[in-house]
Amino acid sequence: MNYDQLLCGRVKAIPPSGIRKYFDLLQGMEGGISLGIGEPDFQTPWHIRDAGIYSLEKGFTKYTPNAGLSDLRRAVSAYLRRRFGLEYAPIGQILLTVGGSEGLDLTLRCIIEPGDEVIIPTPSFVCYGPLTSMYHGTPVYVETRAENEFRLTAGELRAAITPRTKALVLPFPCNPTGGIMGREDLEAIAEVLRGTNILVISDEIYAELTYGQRHVSIASIPGMYERTVVVNGFSKAYSMTGWRLGYVCGPKELIGAMTKLHQYGIMSAPTTSQYAAIEAMNNGDGDIEAMREEYDGRRRFLVDGFRSLGLDCFEPRGAFYTFPCIRSTGLTSVEFCDRFLAAEKVAVIPGSAFGPGGEGFVRACYAASMKDLDEALRRLERFLNTLK
Amino acid sequence: MKQLLQLLEDDATLTTAQLAALSGMSEEEAKTAVARYEKDKIILGYKAIVDWDRTEREAVTALIEVQVTPQRGNGFDRVAERIYQYDEVESVYLMSGAFDLTVIISGRTLKEVATFVSQKLSTLEGVTSTATHFILKKYKEKHLIFPAREEQEERFVLE
Repeated sequence: MNYDQLLCGRVKAIPPSGIRKYFDLLQGMEGGISLGIGEPDFQTPWHIRDAGIYSLEKGFTKYTPNAGLSDLRRAVSAYLRRRFGLEYAPIGQILLTVGGSEGLDLTLRCIIEPGDEVIIPTPSFVCYGPLTSMYHGTPVYVETRAENEFRLTAGELRAAITPRTKALVLPFPCNPTGGIMGREDLEAIAEVLRGTNILVISDEIYAELTYGQRHVSIASIPGMYERTVVVNGFSKAYSMTGWRLGYVCGPKELIGAMTKLHQYGIMSAPTTSQYAAIEAMNNGDGDIEAMREEYDGRRRFLVDGFRSLGLDCFEPRGAFYTFPCIRSTGLTSVEFCDRFLAAEKVAVIPGSAFGPGGEGFVRACYAASMKDLDEALRRLERFLNTLK
Repeated sequence: MKQLLQLLEDDATLTTAQLAALSGMSEEEAKTAVARYEKDKIILGYKAIVDWDRTEREAVTALIEVQVTPQRGNGFDRVAERIYQYDEVESVYLMSGAFDLTVIISGRTLKEVATFVSQKLSTLEGVTSTATHFILKKYKEKHLIFPAREEQEERFVLE
């Protein structure tokens, strides 16, 4: 068999992840510390796990409706109204997906024609570009800047728009920068987009993890509701990564098309996870607060730590990452991460892995224990001293 | 933001810098506040929770229900005080309900605990009866779970 001939060119063209090797290396190390993985370090709250277990005990092991359990869609609808002032009808406007990732994938698949351009602010989560390419689209990367607190500006957006622009991915709160977009920032973006036929794909998976101010969804900005698809999920807010459950909300014309595709590719999101998620939506607000408070303390500790070691560090206001600038060391971000890992067994991720604009930065995740964060900072101090 | 006391109750190993970051205080403020709590005996001390079952050392813990005759003037306090002075006694609580004091004793062996109860505790003046319950297995203490917990295989995560 000639497998190379078998594989399609677009898949072969997807570059290998710039993150993986750090985990492979760290695996074999005794006493290694990972600030690399972007995953909550909390267990799913017990009452949510219990609801999942209870559903199994009752024998709820069949497919659910394609779009998801109606109780869950009602709960998601109520949650979005309560937390973000968004109005989505349980029937027709909400689709439960296998993680937020499936929501992103479905949205892109449903809209892209060959040659269509998708604007992707970077540094950002690594999936948007490869998925766009997979569906014959062209990713158009727009670098956000530290001096703008890694927000997308109206000027940058306007400059990236062409007649082929089909969509804008809005990844805020942002992995890896921790940047967020406030209401005024979104108003400016909305001003550019109103009157166009460009869809906003708003990846709001970190919406519950903002510090100092509440997340604002662009769908709540006048004139944007009809041109926005909101992608969200349970992984980050409720520490439910392994349950693989997310949702996508938007105009019924789009959600209907996605549901069609979803029913062929997936059928329905995992049933046990959906029952657990009803409990999360209805009784989980307190869990979110407790976890956010915990992350917030670690965030301040890590940012203070980087700054006291002389690294510039933009204050992240969302997600659970810090994105310190390492240019002062004279190293590239890959060199920095390679050498830091080799010398001190601490894994952080090069900013360059997150697209244009990431060079000169590294991503350190603070979803780790205080002990590990403290030790990582000690080792960083030692490492920085060897560079002097 | 969490209160210092809450933070320390959860994890007494936090450094001053960590406490400061977590509570939103300056390091100096956090240090002063902790010193004050210690001085005022609001923080009584710092201890590790040890799972002796995972070590070579034998350890036995018993919970003893004690009934006492309250004394004029100082109620149960005097008897309680005479009980808690013994090093073997880990905790003493005054209870509502069918008995008066809960006494938690830890010793190296069953015999050691039994001897303490029969020779020291039950002979104390004011103690009218005891009922000893040995702890067979600890599942959770101070919010910490005694493990036989299996870890999930970790998957490399793309993001």
